[in-house]
Parts: sequence; structure tokens; C-alpha cells
Amino acid sequence: MCDTCGCSQPAEAVTFRRPGTETPAHSHDHAHPHDHDHGHDHQHEHHHDHDHSQSREVKVAQDILQQNDLLAAHNRGWFAGRGILALNLVSSPGSGKTSVLERTISDLRETVPLSVIEGDQQTLRDADRIAATGAPVLQVNTGKGCHLDAAMIQRACDELKPVPDTVLMIENVGNLVCPALFDLGEAAKVVIISVTEGDDKPLKYPTMFAAADLCLINKIDLLPHVNFDVDACEAAARQVNPKLEFVRLAATTGEGMDRWYQWLRDRRAASGGETD
Amino acid sequence: MHEMSLVISILDIAEAQAREANAQAINRVNIEVGALAGVENEALQFCFAAARRDTMAAAGELVIEVIAGRGTCRHCGQDGPASELMALCVACDEGTLEIFQGRELRVSSLNVD
Repeated sequence: MCDTCGCSQPAEAVTFRRPGTETPAHSHDHAHPHDHDHGHDHQHEHHHDHDHSQSREVKVAQDILQQNDLLAAHNRGWFAGRGILALNLVSSPGSGKTSVLERTISDLRETVPLSVIEGDQQTLRDADRIAATGAPVLQVNTGKGCHLDAAMIQRACDELKPVPDTVLMIENVGNLVCPALFDLGEAAKVVIISVTEGDDKPLKYPTMFAAADLCLINKIDLLPHVNFDVDACEAAARQVNPKLEFVRLAATTGEGMDRWYQWLRDRRAASGGETD
Repeated sequence: MHEMSLVISILDIAEAQAREANAQAINRVNIEVGALAGVENEALQFCFAAARRDTMAAAGELVIEVIAGRGTCRHCGQDGPASELMALCVACDEGTLEIFQGRELRVSSLNVD
């Protein structure tokens, strides 16, 4: 079963690519047609009044996300065993995740080695941007999928082979809803919001803000030009998650980036990775 | 739309359990969904109707039991209902709630032939 569209083809629409490669590492043409003929009627031709004399109850009591959570736990152990600090970066599209990463990689080049897994529905664009900084990067294209899951990260790590005692940034698909549910095995979720969005976003998408450990408020250089109340935004986010930490920054000017780097260094020390 | 991913997992779990019980078909899949789990029940039903084809649950139904949200007040310590993640305590009307119930996503049981 394909979980991008629910058709009966296998779920192989996800591709894993390095910049500079023409074809996906695992290609799949997803050639099955999506234009089914709708010949079936929706009149419930099955009857609910048939004799269920044979029917019986089977107790299950199994978490629906159990398979993902098991794989995430496997990933978490894999990272811990190698001293790799894995972070799951989540946000709406356009908040500046990739820009924050580009600047972070450049500024920390000498002190904190980073590699990146890029999640997008389509294209190598973000991976190309990261590759230009010199950091190892692998692009996961989810096709029509709206989030990365633990199995994709496991496979991406097989391809990317992140070096022990480094930081692995996982840039999730731009989406504040679905990625909240899928544990990847990361040490922390970092949610990014930019001041060109609404300051009430934490109230509109509470599940993600409840799941995050750190909130980066990006593009603060634009504050004079937009109607965004940073204090109100932080207060709203704290309402769903009192433990949430905040860093206000601007990836384009570099303002506030030091506090984000300090948070990274602290986390890295806590995860057993090398400190500088 | 993560509901399709969830439905695929639900059907995987249901089919594995049904085969283990030597069942021929799945008539009903009972699941528990927390009211604060971040899942749309209508979308689950919609996806289930599409995804059940060619499975043991091809003629089966999905029955969703909603588990109400509950939490402990961070201000006064009382347990109370949480209609949303940022709900205020109904006892003191001041504190937000540490949620302890309402995020469930679980296949509870099946009815099989």
C-alpha cells in the first residue's frame, strides 16, 4: 500500500539523493495511474446485517505509531552510540530553515562539524544550497508525503554516513502539522517561526509547539516592517509548552545567532559529543 | 495529510493480528484516538475507506473511540479536563495543564470472522 495516495502500489515514492547525482539512489517511477475510473459505487454494497455467527473479538492494544517509534528508538541509539547530536528542524515553508542552516554551517565550520538531511516533497534545491557550504548532505524527497519518518532517517543515515561526534541537522518537510507526530530519533525538535508569519501561530499549531524543545524566531531584522509581537508569540508558545526555550535571530544579518550556537554547544556537550 | 500514514499502520497492525488469530476477514477495527493527538477523525475515516481495499478489512469498518483530554494544573495541581493543548485549569482558571490523557493513538481490538 502506497501511503502517499492510498493506492495499492508499494510505498516507494520516496527518493534519497546527493547533490550532483542525476538519478535517485533508489529510484521509483511511481508509474501507477492515479486516475482510477471510479467504476465502484459508494453505496456500501457490503451489508452490515450478514450473519456474524463466526465473528469474534481479538484484543490488540497496540500503539498505531509503534513501528515508527521502534525505528526512532533504534535511530536514537545509533546516534547516541556515535556521539551524534541529531536535531529535527520543523517549521512552515519559508520560515528560513535552510538559511539558518547555511549560516550555521559557515559560522561553525571550524568548531562544530555538521551534516544535513534535507526533507522536501520535490527537488534537490535545498541540498544544493547546503552542498555549496561544503557540508555533507543528503536530500530525501518524500513525493507527496507530508513528513519525514524514522524509516526514512534510518535509510538516509545508511547513505549519508554521518561522522561520529558531529551534529546531524534533519530539515523536515515544511509543515507545522504532520511532522509533530513522527519521532525520528532526534535529541530535540527545533521549531522555527519567522516574524513575517503571524505571532499567534503557536496557538494555531499547538501540537508542534508542544513537541518542540527550542523555538528560533527568525528574520528579526524585519521587525520594524511587520506587525509581529515577539513577546506575545513567546507567551502563546509558553502556554502550550512552558519548557520551550527561545532564541531571537536573523540568519541573513547574523544577529542573535551566537545564542543559537551556544544552545547547540550545550546540547552537544550533553549528548557526549566533543566540545570546542 | 499524515492520516493516510496512520491508516496504513492501523491496517498493518490489524492484518498481522488477524492472521495470528487465524481469521479470514476483519469486520471491524476499533481504535482509540486522543482528542489532543493532532489527528482528524474524518480524515482517518476517509483514508480508511480508500486504503482498506485489497486488505483483510476490505469490507470492514473503522470505529473510533475518542479519548478526552485531561491534565494536571501547573498552578494548583488539580486534575481536570483539557479541551485543547493550551486549555486553562477549570478549578483555578489560572494554570495551563500538563496533559496526561488525550494523546492516544492505539488499535484496541478487532472483530474478525
